[in-house]
Amino acid sequence: MTDALFPEPMAILRIRNETADTFSFDLDARPRGGFRFAPGQFNMLYAFGFGEVPISISGDPLRPGVLTHTVRAVGPVTRALQGLKKGDVIGVRGPFGTPWPVDEAQGKDVLLVAGGIGLAPLRPTIYSVLSRRKVFGRVCIAYGARTPGDLLYTKEIARWRGRMDVQLEVTVDRGDPEWRGQTGVVTKLLRHFDFTPHDSVAMLCGPEVMMRFASRELEGLGMPAPRIYLSMERNMKCGVGSCGHCQLGPTFICKDGPVYPLTQLVRLMSVREL
Amino acid sequence: MEVESLARSLAEQPFCKALTQSQVEFLAGCAKNARFDAGEYLVREGSASESMFLIRSGTVALENYLPGRGSLKIDTLVPGDVLGWSVLLPPFRWHLDARALEPTLAFALDANCVRGKVQADHGFGYALTLRLLAAADERLTQARLQQLDVYKAELR
Repeated sequence: MTDALFPEPMAILRIRNETADTFSFDLDARPRGGFRFAPGQFNMLYAFGFGEVPISISGDPLRPGVLTHTVRAVGPVTRALQGLKKGDVIGVRGPFGTPWPVDEAQGKDVLLVAGGIGLAPLRPTIYSVLSRRKVFGRVCIAYGARTPGDLLYTKEIARWRGRMDVQLEVTVDRGDPEWRGQTGVVTKLLRHFDFTPHDSVAMLCGPEVMMRFASRELEGLGMPAPRIYLSMERNMKCGVGSCGHCQLGPTFICKDGPVYPLTQLVRLMSVREL
Repeated sequence: MEVESLARSLAEQPFCKALTQSQVEFLAGCAKNARFDAGEYLVREGSASESMFLIRSGTVALENYLPGRGSLKIDTLVPGDVLGWSVLLPPFRWHLDARALEPTLAFALDANCVRGKVQADHGFGYALTLRLLAAADERLTQARLQQLDVYKAELR
């Protein structure tokens, strides 16, 4: 990162529609010698003429030549990004923020809990863990989405689920007649995993209320709060803790987060409208 | 001999973990093995609650039928889950359909037998009711979270 406030132009290599409103695109980082990041970090993406949005990096940290983001089109900037095509250029600032505790999880069971598009910031962790699978204990992935049509990365999920060394369960809040999998909230998956709660590290990403319920469930299963990590989301603007838009109590999510241990958040999460 | 074998298997069920060995053996007197093919209904909405089920393997969908929209899955049960606290609650009728999504094995606990034993031994009845209350609390908490429709509101 040369200048944290200066967007660096990068060209789009490839675009994939993940769901009706969510897409992934690969940026070409080869001309700048690759883009190094840690799982959990995010970039500020600049759609020229529209503005910037914070988007977690969703690609493989071991492939620095390709920088991947997964975006849900919900506002003017993300819709502008959705309208771009291969070869178009966007501005990138980053990487920003604290990473998932992948190294701390070595030798322990790893529990990843994703809700909705929260799977995107966890996907680099999944790549990292699976690339060094032997140094971790059991690997459990719980993924919940609104409907079957909202599930991300379905082919990869099928591959991960097919591995003998990964426990992966998927559920949707609303099943349709064709849906053969589980229906219900993601928290209900947790107690069915074979893992050792007191010797595990959990990483949770999704809507805040989902993480609140999931962390309670994990604590109820005997998991120590310091081993539960959450990725928080607020209105990030500068990315370097100067503008104050993403303030959460005494911290700025863009530089002190987005990944926090539950111990740091448990009181803040109970404060309304914070 | 069969009841002893059932009691051993029943004791492995998460639902029975908080029951004493003698309470599990008492409950086993009401139990039999049940098997359902994929697509087969365990219970139908409105019918009498004749059995309570502890799921041993497979997946069971809980569904409500809406005219014009068909059967909507509202929840799924997996091994370790319990189905059927309505066996203790008048008017002893099912409020939903339960359908096996894949070949499913369960313990079926006869409703009349369970009700009789709950009446005959209040200590056992209290322990069983606490387990059912815990399951109902868990299901209610999940239903509330499901109702919040959290993924619709997310702005990532």
